[in-house]
Amino acid sequence: MSRKALKINDISKDTEKLSSVPNEDLMPLPWDIEEKEWDEFPEDLKERNVCILDDVNILPIPNPKTKEEEDELVNKFLSGMKKLFTKENNWTFLSMLETTMEHCAKCNTCSDACHMYEASGKNEMYRPTYRTEIFRRIYKKHVKKEPLSDLRNGKVDLNWKTVARLGELSYRCNVCRRCAQTCPIGADNALVAREIRKIFSQEMGITVPELHKNGSMLQLEFGSSTKMNSLVVRDNVDFIDEDFSEETGVDIKTPWDVEGADILLIHNAGEVMAWPDNIAAFSMIFNAAGLSWTLSSDLAAYDSINYGVFYDDVQFARTAILHAQAAEKLGVKKIVLGECGHAHKALTVIADRVLPKPLKIPRESCFPILRDIVLSGKIKLDPSRNNFPVTLHDPCNVTRLMGIIKPQRDIMKAICPQFREMHPHGPHNYCCGGGSGFAIMHRNNISEWRNKIAGRKKIEQILNAFSDCRGPETPKYVCAPCSNCKGQIRDMIERYELLEKENMTYSGIVELIVNAMVDVNPGYIKWEEY
Amino acid sequence: MSQLTYVVAYAAIIVFVVAVLKRIVGYITNPIHVRWELYPVAHEPGERASYGGSYLEDVEWWNKPRESSLINELKVMIPEILFLKAVWEYNRPLWYFTFPFHLGLYFAVVFIGLLGIGSIAQLAGIGPDAALISAVHAVTNFVGPAAFILTAAGGLGLLYKRVTDAELNNYSSFEHFFNLILFIVTCAVAIATWLFIDPNFSLARSFVASLIAFKFTAVSEPLFLVQVLLVVLTIAYIPLTHMSHFFMKYFLYHDIRWGDTPNIDTPKTDEQIGVVLNYPVSWSAPHIAGDGKKTWAEVATFNPVAKEEKEK
Repeated sequence: MSRKALKINDISKDTEKLSSVPNEDLMPLPWDIEEKEWDEFPEDLKERNVCILDDVNILPIPNPKTKEEEDELVNKFLSGMKKLFTKENNWTFLSMLETTMEHCAKCNTCSDACHMYEASGKNEMYRPTYRTEIFRRIYKKHVKKEPLSDLRNGKVDLNWKTVARLGELSYRCNVCRRCAQTCPIGADNALVAREIRKIFSQEMGITVPELHKNGSMLQLEFGSSTKMNSLVVRDNVDFIDEDFSEETGVDIKTPWDVEGADILLIHNAGEVMAWPDNIAAFSMIFNAAGLSWTLSSDLAAYDSINYGVFYDDVQFARTAILHAQAAEKLGVKKIVLGECGHAHKALTVIADRVLPKPLKIPRESCFPILRDIVLSGKIKLDPSRNNFPVTLHDPCNVTRLMGIIKPQRDIMKAICPQFREMHPHGPHNYCCGGGSGFAIMHRNNISEWRNKIAGRKKIEQILNAFSDCRGPETPKYVCAPCSNCKGQIRDMIERYELLEKENMTYSGIVELIVNAMVDVNPGYIKWEEY
Repeated sequence: MSQLTYVVAYAAIIVFVVAVLKRIVGYITNPIHVRWELYPVAHEPGERASYGGSYLEDVEWWNKPRESSLINELKVMIPEILFLKAVWEYNRPLWYFTFPFHLGLYFAVVFIGLLGIGSIAQLAGIGPDAALISAVHAVTNFVGPAAFILTAAGGLGLLYKRVTDAELNNYSSFEHFFNLILFIVTCAVAIATWLFIDPNFSLARSFVASLIAFKFTAVSEPLFLVQVLLVVLTIAYIPLTHMSHFFMKYFLYHDIRWGDTPNIDTPKTDEQIGVVLNYPVSWSAPHIAGDGKKTWAEVATFNPVAKEEKEK
């Protein structure tokens, strides 16, 4: 079967794989690069999990061993699908889901907006409407029970392979919603990917370990998906203060649990582990600007991540409530989100209609505050310290989904003399490829898939942004003010050896600000460290 | 036969109205949903609309007055509604067919409206020599044929695309083909009726006048009756299909894509949140702990892996 001529009902066929993306199909990049072939699945993985979609396994669906187990998979999926269309179980997204099911004209206008579809050489499996159309046909026949549904809407055979493949296929989308942006009607195919994930998690109990067991559940248990409890995180931040005080020549003191502070700042705790310079930079800037602020050591309140946003409404609500409760307990005036895109959207936008009245503490992004600090002259900045080519990656959650576009650019233009945009940018940006949680996944072929397909469009954009200064003699900086995006861009820089070949590094926006602060020892950004 | 046509016409109008209302009422009676806006949001004021910015770009946005620009909204809505701008931008090959098709339908709506005006004038005894009515008739005589020809031509083009374009064909079901053929046949019959039986739409106007006055005046032209039946059945059919997007698009844009109203000083939203947080949860996965009785408020404040304080 041709991978590009894939039919809707092929999802249900008794074949070893639905599709595959060979290297020759990949979208060309602006420079020659040798891509690896996909590794074969290890036998024990194939024995354990269903691996019948393509060359990647993200969602660990246990292999059914008997006909009864096969039927159970189908029945549980249908049970979950039925609940998805009830207001009691899915009031959160019912309106969006129903309208997408009912009004899509199947014109495929959204296809070319998808970076994965383009990067894969237009493999049909990645077309935004492919998974939605399968889901829609099942819904119309088995949930809505439309008369003559197969004839009217088209047929999909519902068997365990259909269910397993659809579950795995829901994790071939970054949920960046670029496709939805182009829909003339307003249908949202990215949402459907997330809704399918919800059936697997909320009904079937089948989840991606990085997001659930080692993600949202660790956050609820220890306070952070990093497994740092409050004592450990405080120790680590104290160490960061000490270490960076010595390095920068600035006395850094990060405040904890200050009752009545104006701001509760919530970082993505991954920064503490992987990018401590980001934590220190925030502390230096906020202190230098004289802000009244604090971190909280309450459960989950020192880690802004909310992986529920990617796969589970209940886990989402639980985490958002913990964040708001911590703010209420301290009596702060507002919550400010650090450089984490999905945390921005989760707590500022989505939680807006989840949090009950007593927990309605105002919430905002760090970027407008940082912009005001930079432009106010409260801290002395020397842009010549940032006199190297800098480009800005727009995290989808901050730009396309929240409309926070200009503050970051105001900062860039003020402190980075060689700032250049990627194209397209702002609300029309491309996802980094790590969106919806993929950036923290490294099992079997996932890392390779992130680089080869999910992140391919982004790396092309980055290279194009630096087309006038290629080569290792010019240092280059990709500003990615989001933990998830940073993780993905770090992996791509490493995979394509861009530090060695292009002298390229990456990090956030606060690092650039601190790098330009005249009161700080020069050289805060170190190319070799990331 | 003509008496039956009147009955079918009334029934079709009732089906159309009920189906439209059912979809709208179904949507607006859904519970409150979470915010899921997508930028650019058209009603943002000033330059923000042009680059896709939002009120969230301001420090302490909740202390600033909320502004909304109808002009900016119209700048997006009018090109989208009239010219299908999104299809023009992102799917140009389809636009060449879908635009005339939709333009034809817009003309058809205007045509029916003009027939209604002409019919009411006729019932009121205002003759076609009155200046205003004369102008209405003149416009009707242009808009009607334009509607039939554009819709038929666009429909044929879309049918051709759905048959020959493998990518589109993969996603086309029987209903797509049936819908397009229905429009093409209806318009073809309308063109024939216009050319051979009712070139100035006086028959059509009289039929609409009879419908309005419940007169059931006999009509002796079989082709005209076939045309009426096809038109009214098409009108009844549209809101039963995905083509209901012609009015549901309002909610998809205004309530979802551009639904950015924050929950600040909005008692009604608080009340609605209170309602949904009391819905029972019956998701079966163990970590949800939803038994069909526990509410969202209970489930969302339950920590399935809570540690005792001393263990922290």
